[in-house]
Amino acid sequence: MSLRRFILRRLLLVVPIMFGVSLITFGLTKLAPGGPIQLIIGFNPNIGPQDIASLRAQYGLDEPLWRQYLVWIGNVLQGDLGEVIGSGRSVNGILLRRIPPTIALGLFGWVIALLVAIPTGIYAAVNKDQFGDDVSRVVALSGISLPNFWLGLMLILLFSVKMNLFPVLAPRKPLWHPDMLWYLVLPGLTIGTASSATLMRIMRSSMAQEMNKEYVTAARAKGLPERTVVLKHVLRNSLISVATVAAFLTSGILAGSVVVETVFNWPGLGRTLVQAVIAREINLIMAITLFTGVALVVANLLADIAYAALDPRITYD
Amino acid sequence: MSTQRGRIQISGFEPERVTERESLSDWVEDKGTATESRWQRTWRDFKRNRSAMIGLVVVAVMSFLAVFARPITVSELSALPFFSGPVTVQPFAIAPFDPTAILYLQPGHADVQPYDPPSLEYPMGIDGSGRDLFSRVLYGGRYSISIGFIAVGLTVFVGVVYGAVSGYYGGWVDEIMMRVLDVIFAFPGLVLALVIVAMLGGGYWQLVIAFTLFGWAGYARLIRGEILSVKENEYVLAAKALGAKDRSIIFRHVAPNAIAPVIVQASLAIGTTVIGVAALGFLGLGFPPGTPEWGTMLDQTRQTLIQGPGGKIPWWATVYPGAAIFLFVMSMNLIGDGINDALDAQEGGAVARGGGG
Amino acid sequence: MALLEVDDLTVKFYTEEGVVTAVDDLSYRVERGEKFGIVGESGAGKSVTALSLLRLIRNPGVIESGSIRFDGRDILEMTDSEVRDIRGNRMAMIFQDAQSALNPVYTVGDQISEAITHHMNLGSSAARERTIQLLDDVGIPEPEARYSDYPHQFSGGMQQRVVIAMALSCDPDFLIADEPTTALDVTIEAKILELIEELADEYDTAVQLITHDLGVIAELCDRVMVMYAGRPVEKAPVEDLYYDPKHPYTVGLMSSIPRVGETRDRLQTIPGTMPDLVELPSGCSFHPRCPYAEEACTREEPRLVDPATGDEVTADAERGAACLEYTGALAQGLDYEIEVEGSGPEPGARAAEGDNV
Repeated sequence: MSLRRFILRRLLLVVPIMFGVSLITFGLTKLAPGGPIQLIIGFNPNIGPQDIASLRAQYGLDEPLWRQYLVWIGNVLQGDLGEVIGSGRSVNGILLRRIPPTIALGLFGWVIALLVAIPTGIYAAVNKDQFGDDVSRVVALSGISLPNFWLGLMLILLFSVKMNLFPVLAPRKPLWHPDMLWYLVLPGLTIGTASSATLMRIMRSSMAQEMNKEYVTAARAKGLPERTVVLKHVLRNSLISVATVAAFLTSGILAGSVVVETVFNWPGLGRTLVQAVIAREINLIMAITLFTGVALVVANLLADIAYAALDPRITYD
Repeated sequence: MSTQRGRIQISGFEPERVTERESLSDWVEDKGTATESRWQRTWRDFKRNRSAMIGLVVVAVMSFLAVFARPITVSELSALPFFSGPVTVQPFAIAPFDPTAILYLQPGHADVQPYDPPSLEYPMGIDGSGRDLFSRVLYGGRYSISIGFIAVGLTVFVGVVYGAVSGYYGGWVDEIMMRVLDVIFAFPGLVLALVIVAMLGGGYWQLVIAFTLFGWAGYARLIRGEILSVKENEYVLAAKALGAKDRSIIFRHVAPNAIAPVIVQASLAIGTTVIGVAALGFLGLGFPPGTPEWGTMLDQTRQTLIQGPGGKIPWWATVYPGAAIFLFVMSMNLIGDGINDALDAQEGGAVARGGGG
Repeated sequence: MALLEVDDLTVKFYTEEGVVTAVDDLSYRVERGEKFGIVGESGAGKSVTALSLLRLIRNPGVIESGSIRFDGRDILEMTDSEVRDIRGNRMAMIFQDAQSALNPVYTVGDQISEAITHHMNLGSSAARERTIQLLDDVGIPEPEARYSDYPHQFSGGMQQRVVIAMALSCDPDFLIADEPTTALDVTIEAKILELIEELADEYDTAVQLITHDLGVIAELCDRVMVMYAGRPVEKAPVEDLYYDPKHPYTVGLMSSIPRVGETRDRLQTIPGTMPDLVELPSGCSFHPRCPYAEEACTREEPRLVDPATGDEVTADAERGAACLEYTGALAQGLDYEIEVEGSGPEPGARAAEGDNV
């Protein structure tokens, strides 16, 4: 099966998964005991039962569940994600404004991860079980054990407060302003720490496994210089493992952004989600959750395609 | 000597002479030691790993501190006939103060100010509401650690059953069950937990549900993969050929191999869950403010950092609770890595050990 | 001067379980164009010997002592780049498991021409030409098309041919074939052996064939060395080895070969198993399994001696056996008999000695 057919097959598979994603998003919002209305009005004693009933009718919440779902998904597919219940602002608008900063943060995190993890992974595998390898193992393990909010707070404590190097809160400038890049550093480092630690561990273990393979010995037996053996034979196979975890890493970065954006007041989707949860904005919560799910399904798809492109055994089955 | 080519027959090499005679020397054939069970071997390898053992000790100590920090009373038991009033299940108190006690209201501590720095009497200082940080940090483990263990215990059980069913039956059942997993994996765990907590509100069991409702998916995928690969293995086919029943095949052949990566994953997941609980606490969504939970404590001190330089920054209110989380999770991860290495060490090429021809 | 002269080679592995002496004081010669066989069970040190020749022994293995002179120069004294010059170029290796020896993500053609481009200074199209010619020589149909195929697109036998092509790519003087047919079934095995013989004869390449299969040795080799527990126990030209084996282990191996029309009703084996190289038996390593072992065998380690004279052999001697019988130390001698179809039974070592009590 050629690469093209593989991609087509995967694309077809995406449809039912997207459907499932929307179902879960919808289903989650129905978890609240008393229904979404209860959530919205809180414990306001001024609202009597008739008001509740009319509110429910107004938002279509007295319809059967499946119909509510269809209405919602119908709107979504037409591009309408609803309104913020309190203020009436369009959810679409909010999303459009908040997505780019999160993407910027995510990319920063990915770049740091790749820049740190690949060389250290190579180094650790080549010098396996020696001192440098042990050090990198401990460093990587600490990286994934650090709570990212704590790391963020500590970075603020150290750099912003004590040393006054970085501003503590991000200003309200448009994203492409060069100043924003400066403000991106601390939150980017915070996110990058966890992702590079994760990637480092995976690179190291996959390269260590590769080095033991027989075809590596065979390559040496051909008289090839060690550098060629490592870079040509070992690395290529390890990169395949990177592709397998690419989606997982993206998922971690998205999850991390929720907390990190809150710590640094970075105007992205994560911070918006938290604010929506605190304000009980159902529509906004649904929209962001849906977006996250869709984004990760796409990331998974791309990772699978990359994996198939790198490993000839997959497509030629 | 004959140089003819032809059939060669050798006689006179009699193995009975070897098996029936008495041992000529002290050398004993190496059969005895090989019967150590693989779990004993794994435990032995684990013990040799210094950092993993340190992790184990730290986790044990921190769990101990969490349990014995302050007395535990169970008021539900008072409903039972022979109990009158709430029952004190655990009477000891290692922490010097009640975690919720506002010190300057207590007799003898009236001069305590909020955000007093650490001193001999209050080793970690005072928090923003005048409470002893040391006691709160000791006590705080209760929330995160217990939720971590409970959530992981539940998810492992559900995930293993789900994955085992899916992997063993294969076919359409497997396909559909795996697609369900694909959908669950489309969301980051923390986002799901966040939304669940948003819907259900904060609180202990709400948090458990938040991390359990979808957290089993990882184990399901692992077990299913293991079962699929073992299913094709020859020893399973051999067992079947000898007439073994399906259930005994699963338990005796498939399960021991399949369970190993699950254990590793579970120990790493405890750390992840603890961080997750603390993260939700930090966002203010987990427990009511003032709860002595590590993440919630950090939420309280966040505001102090935004004052900017020049003001007196109570660094201890940020450092100690977070350090507690880091210490616990790091130790848990060391254990997980130690188990992983110990299990891996059983593989390893024969040639690498000098044998195998 | 022989093409390959190995003297007193000792290779040790420093593992967690102890020090494994994989190869102990090994010496042998291989002449130009000769086919030399090394035979023994798994764990005897055959593969380790092969890897040592190319200096491919890595942690935790160490080549402790000895010399390996290839065309006059000691490989163990060379610099890294000098060794790399020899690898693949003048001395090449055919690996046992062709599937593992080929990198799955690169085409077969790429992996063969890799060595060619590196050693022979040919441009990529010239290397490609040569590779296609090689693929044809080893009997792969449609070589030009198959150049761009991946290893998993070939059958087991074809993969082994590719590995042979890889080894022969730069016209080596010396070929190490490490169990080249063990992973293949019998009909393919015959073809592969034929191929190796043909190509070796055509290009005048010396072959060191490593195997545990006596049939393969008989088919292909001129001279043979039998190894046990890391030491050589017998050396002989191939005819002598089969018609007149001198060492009990060789006798045991021969008598284990089942023949049609045998009167025995149980399969004969050598009792026991090869000892773990960490803890070898005292004296002669074979004594716990040898039907003719006596007390002397537990005390003294037999040296490789000429069975006719009892003198210790030099490395280039034709015949050698490491048994105390040939130094006159055994009281009862070795009483096995060799019967060749067509002539009467020839007694083994007993008739040659006159020292029986």
